[in-house]
Amino acid sequence: MADFQRWAPDAQRHLRQGPGLWVKLRLDPFLLVLLFAIMSFGLLVLYSGSGSSEAAVQKQLVRYGIALLGMVVITQINLRNVQRWIPLLYIAGLLLLVAVLLFGVGAKGAQRWLEIPGLPRFQPSEIMKLVVPLTISWYLASRPRPPHLIHVLVAVVLVSLPVLLIAKQPDLGTALLIASSGAFVIFFAGLLWRYLIAAIALGAAGLPLLWMGMREYQKQRVITFLDPESDPLGAGWNIIQSKIAIGSGGIDGKGWLQGTQSHLDFLPETHTDFIVAVLAEEFGLIGVCVLLALYLLVLIRGLMIAGSASHPFDRMLAASLTLTFFVYVVVNIGMVSGLLPVVGVPLPLVSYGGTAAVTLMASLGLLMSIHARRPQRT
Amino acid sequence: MPWSKMDTQRQEVSQFTARLWWSLLLIIIIFAGLVSRLVYLQVWEHERYVTESDDNRQQLQAIAPTRGLIYDTNGTLLAGNRASHSLTLVPEQLAGGRRGIDDVLAQLAQVVTIDQNDIKRFKRRLNQPRRPFSPVALRFQLNATEIAQITVNQHRFSGVRIVPELVRFYPLDQGFVHALGYVGRINDRDLAKLDSINYSATHHVGKLGIERFYETELHGTVGHQTVETNARGRVLQVLDRLEPVPGKDITLFLDAQLQQAAAKLLEGKRGAIVAIDPKTGGVLAMASAPSYGANQFVTGISNANYQALRNSDDLPLFNRALRGRYPPASTVKPVIAIAGMDSGIISRKYSIWDPGFYQLTEGGRLYRDWKEGGHGRVDMHKSIVESVDTYYYAISHLMGNDPMTKYLAQFGLGQVTIADQPEATKAVLPTKEWKRIHRSASWFPGDSLNLGIGQGFLSATPTQLATMAMVLANKGEWRQIRMIKSMDALPVEKVSDIGRKDPNQPNNVELTRTSDWNIIHSAMIDVMHGKKGTGRRSGAKSSYKMAGKTGTAQVLGIKQDSTYDAAKIAERFRDHGLYIGWAPAKDPVIAIAVIIENGGGGSSAAAPLARKLFDMRILGVNSKDKAGVKNDG
Repeated sequence: MADFQRWAPDAQRHLRQGPGLWVKLRLDPFLLVLLFAIMSFGLLVLYSGSGSSEAAVQKQLVRYGIALLGMVVITQINLRNVQRWIPLLYIAGLLLLVAVLLFGVGAKGAQRWLEIPGLPRFQPSEIMKLVVPLTISWYLASRPRPPHLIHVLVAVVLVSLPVLLIAKQPDLGTALLIASSGAFVIFFAGLLWRYLIAAIALGAAGLPLLWMGMREYQKQRVITFLDPESDPLGAGWNIIQSKIAIGSGGIDGKGWLQGTQSHLDFLPETHTDFIVAVLAEEFGLIGVCVLLALYLLVLIRGLMIAGSASHPFDRMLAASLTLTFFVYVVVNIGMVSGLLPVVGVPLPLVSYGGTAAVTLMASLGLLMSIHARRPQRT
Repeated sequence: MPWSKMDTQRQEVSQFTARLWWSLLLIIIIFAGLVSRLVYLQVWEHERYVTESDDNRQQLQAIAPTRGLIYDTNGTLLAGNRASHSLTLVPEQLAGGRRGIDDVLAQLAQVVTIDQNDIKRFKRRLNQPRRPFSPVALRFQLNATEIAQITVNQHRFSGVRIVPELVRFYPLDQGFVHALGYVGRINDRDLAKLDSINYSATHHVGKLGIERFYETELHGTVGHQTVETNARGRVLQVLDRLEPVPGKDITLFLDAQLQQAAAKLLEGKRGAIVAIDPKTGGVLAMASAPSYGANQFVTGISNANYQALRNSDDLPLFNRALRGRYPPASTVKPVIAIAGMDSGIISRKYSIWDPGFYQLTEGGRLYRDWKEGGHGRVDMHKSIVESVDTYYYAISHLMGNDPMTKYLAQFGLGQVTIADQPEATKAVLPTKEWKRIHRSASWFPGDSLNLGIGQGFLSATPTQLATMAMVLANKGEWRQIRMIKSMDALPVEKVSDIGRKDPNQPNNVELTRTSDWNIIHSAMIDVMHGKKGTGRRSGAKSSYKMAGKTGTAQVLGIKQDSTYDAAKIAERFRDHGLYIGWAPAKDPVIAIAVIIENGGGGSSAAAPLARKLFDMRILGVNSKDKAGVKNDG
């Protein structure tokens, strides 16, 4: 078998001592330990970023509890037994997204939430973060691989529908995450390199045309989006302040609860999307590198699980979920450090908020479920 | 399993694994990229960011754009800007920081007058979401003495600054406020609606009228500068600066001299005058009386003055020109006559015998004409010239509701057709459905009779009546009714030219026989110049011909005054005088509506005012041709 599997630490050795709790619960201790490490570090930063609010930390702890419970439940599901429900889930998800555009509620000009009497209010776009990779994996798993052009095109349409609906809310961050999760599945289904290169070339050729077709004010908005620092009172304020926070942190940071940028209210959204700036200010380069290392381990573990899965469906799903997790990290840190435009993407398992935590843990649950049902080596 | 299939499977797995390795490589490269970015920020540029973070002296200030100016059609300034100084505090820089605010306020109160109201408002502004180190205003409109006193004591107060700013100023003030509106200080309700970034340095916003409607254009775009200040908040150095984009200048069709004349004619009265240029649809004058000064609202009106304005029985704050709903009375007769002819219900030769009253049924209620004993044989021409009610009782009985309301709507009644006055109201055009909804009753023949003489449920604003006069003068051709003539020297034909929504406007009135217009026009000319015309005294001795129609609206009831004042109440029961018309009759340059509340008949109270404005518009201000306009009260 492939090199990748040989790479995996031999979990079987523990099993020889009889099936332990991990095996019964089908959990992956390796991922679980990483998860707890990231969350604990995150809560530490959150306490500082929320202005030493114990309430915020407690609330987040409860959310993590719920999310963990959800993860354990999902891990018990054998994906291949529920595969046939996936198209239904997809259609239901699309309908919910349409409902959001029609009756959704929200704030600051975006309409993202749905309020159904009797249910807590939720974001259907979050559900789609799981449903889209599931759908595309399901669709391509039963097609020949590498996929024919026609199947690729169908998959692209299946991804685009929810992405466009979410971009219209507008929620660019989520749209981006979902689009990339779908793209990763197609890539891992064995998309021919020539299609990939053709798509990139087409995109590169189309951009200047699009630009020329735009009106002046639209161009201006794109410029501010790409270069927020040209608008220092508006969109640029956050970026300028977060760069100051990160830069002034230096190598070893100002110390926990000692960040002046965040504690003097210069830095906005210190506990949500911009939390990594607090971390960088208070724990310095070392702190961020520790976090990045933890993330890297999660990613490697995810790729290993993908490599050890036998069924194409499992393989594609696991790889896509792992790389989507990667996109979260890169887009968030990239935007806070001024490398990428600002789109609302939280820092996984660190940013304050319940919905993102639930979806992320659910996707880790899917990974564990895939891992638990890998072919046993003899 | 066939070999070939197993082979493809194995191939697939190895390809998949290869792609996993590629992904891992990509992940590591990008993570390395992120780390290098962090190294760049946290190691390479560390010193710079430490300075920026420590250095609260370096701050970003928003610079307010200069508000666009408003001119009249001849370039006379109607709304400009003048310098004003306000006292501001930067809470973060005060001695003792935010906790020391009350001490600082107490010390400042020894230097300049600060009353409880100032402090209350200051605290409210202070508690609004704001950027650190941005100044909060405490007092506005400091006078020279106060500026001097603060400057002398400046060393005692860190974080206290005098900030010069430009504020709105209306050079012609009174008499223009109902046409222009005014700007006022931004309050909590405005804040919720405004773009907080673009208004971060702005303290005033258009509250009414033109100032409100064209707020976006007049305001401009905020600029900003990074400045280095010392501990007391004094600017030492401007590091970089992006100039604000000033607001656009607006030229109106309004003619300042005509407007002033209109306001003067209304002095001591309650009423309104609206004049429109029929060629363009531009509003030449829009006066409402009594009026009030706009400048006091810019600088902040005292509570006592405001209460006095609010509680006045004469309602000076009420814009009668746009919102006053009056029965149009006989001024609608030309349109009712057109409705009768064009719908084919009566012939253009239709005539009646007028005994001085009309009855729906034999022995029923008498609907009286204004002239006892009647006008004898009356045809359409005479019905307009002498304003014969009986004739309109008869034809509206024949027509019923539908053709009348349909034609009245074509002339702009029951809808807002003025494009850029947000306060305009549509008044009431009583269709059958309107009566069913609002009065829970069906339409009776008696209602038609009242509608036919412009009374009953029908009401119209002076702006609507001037519009009606314009459409009559133009023989049915519509123009967009608007205040704006050009923006930054670019002509504005419709407000959609500058990206605003055009109001719904009726189509041009196309009559089956265009010669019907001549019947109406010749009758309306004879109103002013005929031997028996109701407006003949106002039309006499003029070098040009004019056309018009007088109206006298009965006042049915008034709001009961709390204090009994017999003279006042008797006055408030007098008829409203109305007039619509245009001049010159053949090639109109002005269409007008005049309404004088409780002024008595339209021919004596309203028409003479219109004549004066006609003369002014056509012959110029210094014209000696003023004979024939005796103010006969």
